[in-house]
Amino acid sequence: MSTSGPTPAGPPQVKSLSCPNCGASLTVRSFGNAITVVCDSCHSVLDARDPKLKVLQQFHASTSEDPPLIPLGTRGAIRGVVYEVIGFQRRTIQVEGISYSWHEYVLFNPAKGFRYLTEYDGHWNDVSILRSLPDVSSGGAWLTYLGETYKHFQTADAATSYVLGEFPWQVRVGETVSVSDYVSPPRVISSEGSGKEVTWSLGEYLGGRDIWKAFKLEGEPPAPIGVYENQPSPLSANVKGIWALTGVFLIVLLTLAVGAYWMEGDEQIFEQTFEFNTSAKGEASFVTDIFQLKGRTSDVVLATSADVDNNWIYLNYALINEDTGHAYDFGREVSYYHGRDSDGAWTEGSTTNTVTVPSVPPGNYYLRVEPESDPNKGIIRYTVTVKRDVPQASFFGLALLALLIPAGLITWRSLNFEHLRWAESDYGSSSTSGGDE
Amino acid sequence: MTQATANCPNCGAKITFRWSGSVQTVCEYCKSVLIRTDVDLQKVGQVADLPTDSSPIQIGTEGVYEKRAFVATGRIVYEYDQGSWNEWHLVMNDGTSGWLSDAQLDYAVTFAAQGQQLPRECRVGQEYTWNSLTYTVSTITKAHYRGVEGELPFQYWDKADVVFVDLMSHSEKFATIDYSEDPPLLFLGESVDFDDLKLKNLRSFEGWS
Repeated sequence: MSTSGPTPAGPPQVKSLSCPNCGASLTVRSFGNAITVVCDSCHSVLDARDPKLKVLQQFHASTSEDPPLIPLGTRGAIRGVVYEVIGFQRRTIQVEGISYSWHEYVLFNPAKGFRYLTEYDGHWNDVSILRSLPDVSSGGAWLTYLGETYKHFQTADAATSYVLGEFPWQVRVGETVSVSDYVSPPRVISSEGSGKEVTWSLGEYLGGRDIWKAFKLEGEPPAPIGVYENQPSPLSANVKGIWALTGVFLIVLLTLAVGAYWMEGDEQIFEQTFEFNTSAKGEASFVTDIFQLKGRTSDVVLATSADVDNNWIYLNYALINEDTGHAYDFGREVSYYHGRDSDGAWTEGSTTNTVTVPSVPPGNYYLRVEPESDPNKGIIRYTVTVKRDVPQASFFGLALLALLIPAGLITWRSLNFEHLRWAESDYGSSSTSGGDE
Repeated sequence: MTQATANCPNCGAKITFRWSGSVQTVCEYCKSVLIRTDVDLQKVGQVADLPTDSSPIQIGTEGVYEKRAFVATGRIVYEYDQGSWNEWHLVMNDGTSGWLSDAQLDYAVTFAAQGQQLPRECRVGQEYTWNSLTYTVSTITKAHYRGVEGELPFQYWDKADVVFVDLMSHSEKFATIDYSEDPPLLFLGESVDFDDLKLKNLRSFEGWS
């Protein structure tokens, strides 16, 4: 100290006082910051700023009615800062005639100030007061804060129904204030009050285990019941993850499919080259050797290529199942013409032709072939190729399905979780009141 | 650095000024409110002892705001129906004045803003734009002056009830209109994080390290 003044009063000390109503001893833990302090013996709400601790209110409750899960005076580190629990209140809302209550703990650090914990059915939130205003949409259906969108969840009148310890504000049992929650799990932004003064706060979801660890509490935290408004979905991260993974696999699968298509193509079953003598008389039809179509029912691709040059050949085919006698009849023309006229060179047709015979069951098959053409055009050589459509498409289809099942399942479960979350909101499907929203 | 010194005209105690620009100080011994003139100090009044408070800040607390070092030289204490708060007078290292308010351990640094058009009256929710930033009236507080301590840049003591209008923005920027003067004064600044001020020479609290 550079000044030569009187020694300042020593460090602020925790005050021990007596309740003016019942004489029980009281502790004021937040030094000069306490505005009201509650005697836990006689439930008098006292003016902490008055040296005589004027009684402001008395309420009726048995001490054992609602013991705080974290006892007053307990210290714990929240985000690296040590706080002491100095106050506790229960607040109650009425929704369709049913009371719902949550608990709020006032935390204090002499330099960092106040922070709050809320607990509802085993769900916890670490709450601090906002220092800037969120942007509320004109209809109030959502708000944005620091670039994040929060959806309106619920608006209700919350009444203070039980208090213990000390508060940096004027607390009274029975006092009611309008509370609105906007959620973006794991965060929730709440507004309290209306008209004259609105306080905005930001809560971040914590599990009971985090609280138990922070305050070194004994035993196990109460198990959370149901889904809380800003409880992060255990699946939402998974949903993103699994879809990302599915996307990667999808690309791999697609690459494989394309690769397989180009590299392997179809399985070739039969290929043979024949000659058709257009000058020969008599029956031109013949049958091929027997070939086997394996696997399942699938397409058969028959390709014909002929050395036609300004002429044509027509082939009557029958694909015959040797075992059943069932025949697939079809005809194919291969014709190729070319020449030159006033517009220049021209071509018509092609020397190859392909036909797909759909859904051919496996078995032993042969082809009956009957060629036709204009007579006396010499010998036409043609090659017949039979390919069995390798069932790759359906294989890849199956793989795709297998790939989509886990992603779909997790998405469905996640949607279900969101449904449970929103069921408790002002927009819940369980609400049958006809909607005042 | 040599500091200006004088003697209290009331009790004779030595008065040391931390800041050459100080207009007013309070004798730490006899609590006389002393106004600095060119020649000497004049006693203009007396303040009661400040109530025991629990601000971690004290006269002599040093810190840094926007890369400018500061020292707290004095304060004004206000009281209202929901509690009390401190406006700590900061002397910045460039010789200018600033204010660090500690309202139940919520901190904000503000500076007097000149030449802005100020409303005679406001309602909660009204919006005003200063320096191209929009502020919304968040609270209107009727407070009364509770006491002063240390060095201040103006005469300030024995005030009656004053109205303060606090305005928030969509950023941490923050404004206060002080209706204790006519015309009213505008202070612009922002909410600050305790740790960001890198405060030194703080008070200690029993039971807290």
